[in-house]
Amino acid sequence: MSAAPLPDSAPLTPLSADPDAMAELERTWRSSHTGLWGWLTTTDNKRIAKRYIITAFMMFLLGGIDAAMMRLQLSRPENHILGPDLYNQFFSTHGTTMMFLFAVPMMTAMGLYFVPLMVGSREVAFPRLNAFGYYTYLIGCVFLYVEFLMNTGIDVGWFAYVPLAGPQFSAGKRADVWAQTVTFTEIAGIIAAIQIIVTAFKQRAPGMSLDRIPLFVWSMVVVSVMIIFAMPWVAVGSQFLAMDRAIDTHLFNPAEGGDAILWQHLFWFFGHPEVYIIFIPGLGMISSIVTTFARRQIFGYAAMVLSLVATGVLAFGLWVHHMFATPLPQLGESFFTAASVTIAIPSGVQIFCWIATMWTGRVRLATPMLFVLGFFIVFIIGGLTGVMVASVPFDLQVHDTYFVVAHFHYVLLGGAVFPLFGAFYYWFPKVTGRMLSETLGKWQFWLFLIGVNVTFFPMHILGLQGMTRRIYTYLAATGWGTLNLVASIGAIVIASSVIVFLVNVVASLRSGAIAGNNPWDSDTLEWATTSPPGPCSFPDIPVVTSRDGLWERRDDVPVMTGLRTDRREVLVTTLHEAEPESRHMLPSDSIWPLLLALAVGGAFIGAVYTPIGLVIGTIVALPIALGWAWPKAPTGPEMVDDVR
Amino acid sequence: MWRIATAALFTLVGMVACEREHRTFHGTPASNATPTVRVTSLEPGPVVVTDSAAGPYGGNAYGMSQGKQLFTQMNCVGCHAHGGGAMGPALMDMTWIYGSNPDQIFATIQQGRPNGMPSFRGKLTDDQIWQLVAYVRSMSGIGRRDVRSGRADEMYGRSSEQNTKTGKPKTTGPASASEMP
Amino acid sequence: MQLQIPPAWAGHESVFRPSSEPAHAVFGLFTFMVIVSVIVYVVVIVATFTAVRRSRDSEATPLTQERERSSHRAVTAATAATVLILFAYLLYDFGVGRAVAAPRDAANALHIDVVGHQWWWEVQYQDTAPQRLLATANEIHVPIHRPVLLDLSSNDVIHSFWIPNLNGKKDLIPGHHNDAWFEVDTAGVYRGQCAEFCGLEHAKMAIVIVAQTPEQYSAWYNAQLQPPQPPTDSLRLAGQKVFLSAPCVMCHAIGGTPAGATMGPDLTHVGSRMTLAAGVLPNTPSNLESWIADPQRIKPGANMPATYLSRADLRAVTAYLEGLK
Repeated sequence: MSAAPLPDSAPLTPLSADPDAMAELERTWRSSHTGLWGWLTTTDNKRIAKRYIITAFMMFLLGGIDAAMMRLQLSRPENHILGPDLYNQFFSTHGTTMMFLFAVPMMTAMGLYFVPLMVGSREVAFPRLNAFGYYTYLIGCVFLYVEFLMNTGIDVGWFAYVPLAGPQFSAGKRADVWAQTVTFTEIAGIIAAIQIIVTAFKQRAPGMSLDRIPLFVWSMVVVSVMIIFAMPWVAVGSQFLAMDRAIDTHLFNPAEGGDAILWQHLFWFFGHPEVYIIFIPGLGMISSIVTTFARRQIFGYAAMVLSLVATGVLAFGLWVHHMFATPLPQLGESFFTAASVTIAIPSGVQIFCWIATMWTGRVRLATPMLFVLGFFIVFIIGGLTGVMVASVPFDLQVHDTYFVVAHFHYVLLGGAVFPLFGAFYYWFPKVTGRMLSETLGKWQFWLFLIGVNVTFFPMHILGLQGMTRRIYTYLAATGWGTLNLVASIGAIVIASSVIVFLVNVVASLRSGAIAGNNPWDSDTLEWATTSPPGPCSFPDIPVVTSRDGLWERRDDVPVMTGLRTDRREVLVTTLHEAEPESRHMLPSDSIWPLLLALAVGGAFIGAVYTPIGLVIGTIVALPIALGWAWPKAPTGPEMVDDVR
Repeated sequence: MWRIATAALFTLVGMVACEREHRTFHGTPASNATPTVRVTSLEPGPVVVTDSAAGPYGGNAYGMSQGKQLFTQMNCVGCHAHGGGAMGPALMDMTWIYGSNPDQIFATIQQGRPNGMPSFRGKLTDDQIWQLVAYVRSMSGIGRRDVRSGRADEMYGRSSEQNTKTGKPKTTGPASASEMP
Repeated sequence: MQLQIPPAWAGHESVFRPSSEPAHAVFGLFTFMVIVSVIVYVVVIVATFTAVRRSRDSEATPLTQERERSSHRAVTAATAATVLILFAYLLYDFGVGRAVAAPRDAANALHIDVVGHQWWWEVQYQDTAPQRLLATANEIHVPIHRPVLLDLSSNDVIHSFWIPNLNGKKDLIPGHHNDAWFEVDTAGVYRGQCAEFCGLEHAKMAIVIVAQTPEQYSAWYNAQLQPPQPPTDSLRLAGQKVFLSAPCVMCHAIGGTPAGATMGPDLTHVGSRMTLAAGVLPNTPSNLESWIADPQRIKPGANMPATYLSRADLRAVTAYLEGLK
């Protein structure tokens, strides 16, 4: 980490032109072990991010199966497929999976993979911490579903309101399992957020000043800051709940001075930014795709960045709109109405800028662009119903009904999942080296678009006809049967679109068209390296001279050289202008992240069953943390008298 | 080999979890037959220690929490308070006048006992009595700790059942006349 | 007097048929919001697809300063329009919010306390004269053209009181008191379900509001205040005996009898109610018999146990309860 001066002698050869240096670089950066041990000890951010993406997608499938069971049960009145206990577990697991185990980890994973590549860095800032975050997340996923299969699945909703989730009304360990699973995912989320912020601010390619950062990176930075400010609240809240349940505290006990509404404040202060954490990366993905497929930079860069930041900041001022039905003072509630309405403005600015971009660009309608159009069709409906439910009197009619279910599925599917699928089609060539099939992509798009609308549009009407949320059945006399059946049929269409996607992925991995470095002719830096990127990502660090990136100089990207090939090094640059500042040595592969994740995981899982579990787990974790932090003497020539 | 071990571990934990978390809604029909249980530790000949089964809800958290609810709703707290006892004997100590086995407690609740314990036969279903049995045993820390209830949403009077030290009950028989209230 | 349950609840449980003062104001706001939303949506989608179609058809026109400036003007105009529309909407919303905050004529209001239980509604009519206090459950009768002020609280977990035709929902939170109000303008029967997830039978916790003319309401209220006539025929007499000796008496109260427990709904005039089990079953003798025989089959997880009465006892107690009009 010393500020060794870069060589100023005769012009240097780029590493990519020196086969011996490239071979040594490849040896340095690839996994130091093979087989299972190599798999467990790797700290390569691309491999870790791929695991995150695959795990999160599996969670998406499991959450989808939960939803399919729910829709099956609700397709007819007084159905007997799921009784109340099982239905409660299914809808709670569906919500928890989608919100905690799929949406946020998937978005942070896309960030962990693409932010370093887009800023021209070889690796994230803290590779071993990255691995620890993934293993913690994986343990959380496995824990929740194993417990679900053992009849200890969460059954009080993903929001676990007290007193229902409290010790008196929720017997057994189900709510404790939920509380600790939440904590796991918070840890992973915060770690990913730290990686993204530090990488994006301190490891950019030289010349990538703040006003040249791609909009996707900006969206991930905003999201990461939001994660750091929002997630600790749900961790605190869930630990308070765990404490009330396990060691007789009275934080939510009104008889002893606690308050049930306290839980709602703690949860929603996290919960509202959470949905923007899920949505804002989607905005970044849209910007990337529109830039490439409209073949011009996004119109209004400054406005776009400020809109992202404004959305992120405003998101923290809205949480009480989930609590309009509680006895909070009306004047206070009005403030939150105004804030909830205001946040529509930066989103609107972004949409207008994208339209202006497409209007003045030359659009080609490949599959990623189709999903962007799907975003426009679906998300805007959700945004408009969102402005509607910002109103207190109207919200009091539709709160906790299927109208709100329709609203948030439109904004989450439209604002996050459509861009995500678009991003999958867009970046699949970069990650795997092969193109996804355009034909299957179009099939998937249309099935998904139709399925989402057929499933969720009728729910607006159901909510206005009195159908409340979280009910395992309903009377035939209510007349809700027809629209529920329509919605359940739509769910089948959505499922078929996901199956088409899986078929597409499997087939393309085997026999898709080989993608070159830059098959879409895009402008951002990740397309400057090979598809897939090698373990080192960038043998030579690209130098950025304008916001146009690769469009500026397509075949002749200026690079910077001078990092060592016998040690893993990344370049650290300044915050504003990205001038080279120092070299940062990265640690080698290590088993300690996995061990610490197991210890921390064991601590939280033990805490579900006995409070002493946390103590024992901490005692086990401390020596492991010590082992992790134990300094290792660097091998190879010392840096002191080495200026190359 | 380790595959079998893992599977066995999961099955074991699964069975425990399944029983703990199971929610039964349908009970059994009330029986009017008097259970043949001993309600005293005095007997001629050698003392035969009978095995104490846990009762139908001894390993079931939901049943135990229903028992806790019934304890307040059926006004057991009126005489026993929340375990400390008042007019009635304390239920959170290790002293059991008529025995601490589930079937002994069942008989106590169903039949009533001298000096004030009402008979609830016909007024509580068998299922409700078994839930109360499970809860009453947990009040003094008998049985599995992981199925016991947490604190109630009430004013704080005692540690929750799950944080009560596990103890060894002993049957004492009725106190002598001088100790009676 | 027993009113007839409507053949279907559709329309009696709907935001689209406002029948009270706050509901009308909210419905007006909703209509405005839908119209504005549809217009905005159509404009934006048309703009999007026009942009795509135009730029696909055009050749590579270079990006000039002029084009960038006109884009700038368009985006600024669109943003300004958004801000103005949202601001107007906000003002309208605040106006409606103030209008529905409280009834104008609160002095004349009928006060009712509603306490939420898992999974039924306890209803306590308030009155300045103590002998005119009325306890009932799961069914509220109100006079039309008179504001009704509800005081909402909960006995256990959070519930939510919502009648779509009449009022926006308000939560019943243990440890807090919440207010709701409505003033019905059309006589009829309205239904609502608990709107905050409250456990196993959240789906089957409905409440029925019967809005009547002031004369009908007074007649109903006075009838409810009277204890029911003691049974005269042998079947109902037997039924009363069964009630008082079975687990029923441990949880339910019937005015004029020794049964005075408050764990379950008050059954003093259960025969006059339109529904059973919190809005789940129409109140007919066969439904009541099924309910008493095994509540867990209809509402698994409900706090009412299956009592396994004999057929004769079951028929007797059903006849007794149905006669409590």
